[in-house]
Amino acid sequence: MAANKNFLLGVFEDEDVLVNAVQILRTRGVKIHEVFTPFPVHGLDEVLGYTRSRLPIAAFLFGLTGTCLALLMQFWMMGYDWPMIIGGKPHSALPPFIPVTFEFTVLLSALGMVATFMIVSDMKPYGKPRQFDVRSTDDKLVMAIDVDVNRTVSRTAITQLLKDAGASEVNEKVFP
Amino acid sequence: MQVTSAVRDPLITSGKTLKDVSHDVSRQVENKPTGLWYIGMAISLSLLAFGFYCICVLLWEGIGVWGLNKTVGWAWDITNFVWWVGIGHAGTLISAILLLFRQRWRMSINRAAEAMTIFAVICAATFPLMHMGRLWLGFYWALPLPNTYGSLWVNFNSPLLWDVFAISTYFTVSLVFWYIGLIPDFATIRDRAIVQGANTRAAIYNALSFGWQGGAKTWMRYESVALILAGLSTPLVLSVHTIVSMDFATSVIPGWHTTIFPPYFVAGAIFSGFAMVLTLLLVTRKVFKLEDYITIYHIELMNIIIIVTGSIVGIAYITELFIAWYSGVEYEGYAFYNRVQGPYAWAYWSMMTCNVISPQLFWIKKIRTSLVATFVLSIVVNIGMWFERFVIIVTSLHRDYVPSSWTMFHPTMYDIGEYLFTFGFFFTAFLLFAKFFPVVNMAEIKSILKATSSEGKHGTPREVDKTRH
Repeated sequence: MAANKNFLLGVFEDEDVLVNAVQILRTRGVKIHEVFTPFPVHGLDEVLGYTRSRLPIAAFLFGLTGTCLALLMQFWMMGYDWPMIIGGKPHSALPPFIPVTFEFTVLLSALGMVATFMIVSDMKPYGKPRQFDVRSTDDKLVMAIDVDVNRTVSRTAITQLLKDAGASEVNEKVFP
Repeated sequence: MQVTSAVRDPLITSGKTLKDVSHDVSRQVENKPTGLWYIGMAISLSLLAFGFYCICVLLWEGIGVWGLNKTVGWAWDITNFVWWVGIGHAGTLISAILLLFRQRWRMSINRAAEAMTIFAVICAATFPLMHMGRLWLGFYWALPLPNTYGSLWVNFNSPLLWDVFAISTYFTVSLVFWYIGLIPDFATIRDRAIVQGANTRAAIYNALSFGWQGGAKTWMRYESVALILAGLSTPLVLSVHTIVSMDFATSVIPGWHTTIFPPYFVAGAIFSGFAMVLTLLLVTRKVFKLEDYITIYHIELMNIIIIVTGSIVGIAYITELFIAWYSGVEYEGYAFYNRVQGPYAWAYWSMMTCNVISPQLFWIKKIRTSLVATFVLSIVVNIGMWFERFVIIVTSLHRDYVPSSWTMFHPTMYDIGEYLFTFGFFFTAFLLFAKFFPVVNMAEIKSILKATSSEGKHGTPREVDKTRH
């Protein structure tokens, strides 16, 4: 059978129980597809073995682009394209260019990072998302396990593991 | 002796569960608005309509319809601009600076405060645009766009241009920060709509939530984004009012030409912003029955920030007076003598009373935990902060260097009308926000529920914990 279609969903009520359960299942060799929670659970990314997000690097690079663009723009406009002497002051000096440079750095850094986040997380305002359990944005923490990926552990064994780890329900979810 | 709890007082009271949080906050989005909401909307829309008429006259006739004259060339317009921008600052302080300081109490109030920021910045931006007389050219003239004059570029040495960049960046970044925070909550409303069978609402909120799923990986990235946005917003918010103050401080007008302005303006901005947050939230928590989320404790903490920033503002006023005398600069000395003693002394002393004396009442615990007193004082503070800007702007201008130019400023109906327009816009926008958007950040509240609820405080594990043993 093709993967990414048949899932077992362990439904949890408490974040600490969930984090514990993730550890138990992973040590037993169960591969977890993803965990859906209504709020950010601290430490969950570590027990799932996710590497740290590289979004800060993206933010830094976008910010650096902003700094360079703003400085280039101001020096070119004020110093080269149309040099203006205002109040006898030098037409291209760094200090008065700092405010605009700073604002532009922040602007590009913020917008670039958020755009990157949206793209890598596949967030878009159109189309229907593939929802595992609608309660996972309300009050349930849902662990999704792809049955077809876990060939070494049987479906009943996973169900039993989830139940033992504190899942209040174990449901099946099949996507067409 | 046994120490029962080292944990602080609960932030969310009445032992709310995760489901209660979703229910209590999503309720007003799902239900029809109350009569009170319609009354509020009717008043706001009337203000908006009257203000819109005044703006139409202003654009048709030109800014001569305002009470400005050749001596006082800046008055209500810039006063209102600085006042609204200042109000916006509290939202960013709550969402960004308090996030970096890990202040969990911010979670109940950040959503509404950020909404307030965005609407206040829009209100502020209308004034410089109106002052241009031809606002449709505002964006074209203020931004460095190629034009048929050469290209003759904008002047990057001018603080007024820095303001264009500062305010527009501030608005954009605040909007993005606010929206990122809203995404998981829109998904909660969408999924409740799916359960309730409300398909249209589900489709709308699905689009608004960008198809949010709440996977652990997305949450990890989301938290990273929120932290960096907070880190970017913190210097940003400080830069915005610093640059606004430079509109004055880089000029050579007595009373404006001072180096104290940037920190003084930033403190004043946070001071007035917290007052406005309190005014709005005291009403919102009552109307939407959010007393368990926005508790007396939250209000008390905000009042403490008002004491701190109010005292900074008070010290700034006294420092200004002292330096005006101590510097020996006679123009500076006269500007302040005129503020205290001159024809606008009533405005100066209103400012002193409202901003310096009234917040000191919050030292008394009974007053800072009283809803009525807080509500009244929050309005008093904002009146005081409006007078602060009016005093700085008009008293410095109305006594020009040549005594034959000395004059007074008298606002016309159009000055007042445009101020009312921004009130109309602000409250209309806030009421729409309160109806269609979740006013409290559900996802963040849920994340602190276990650690800080009244149940958690006494160490009572929630029912599921039993299965762990």
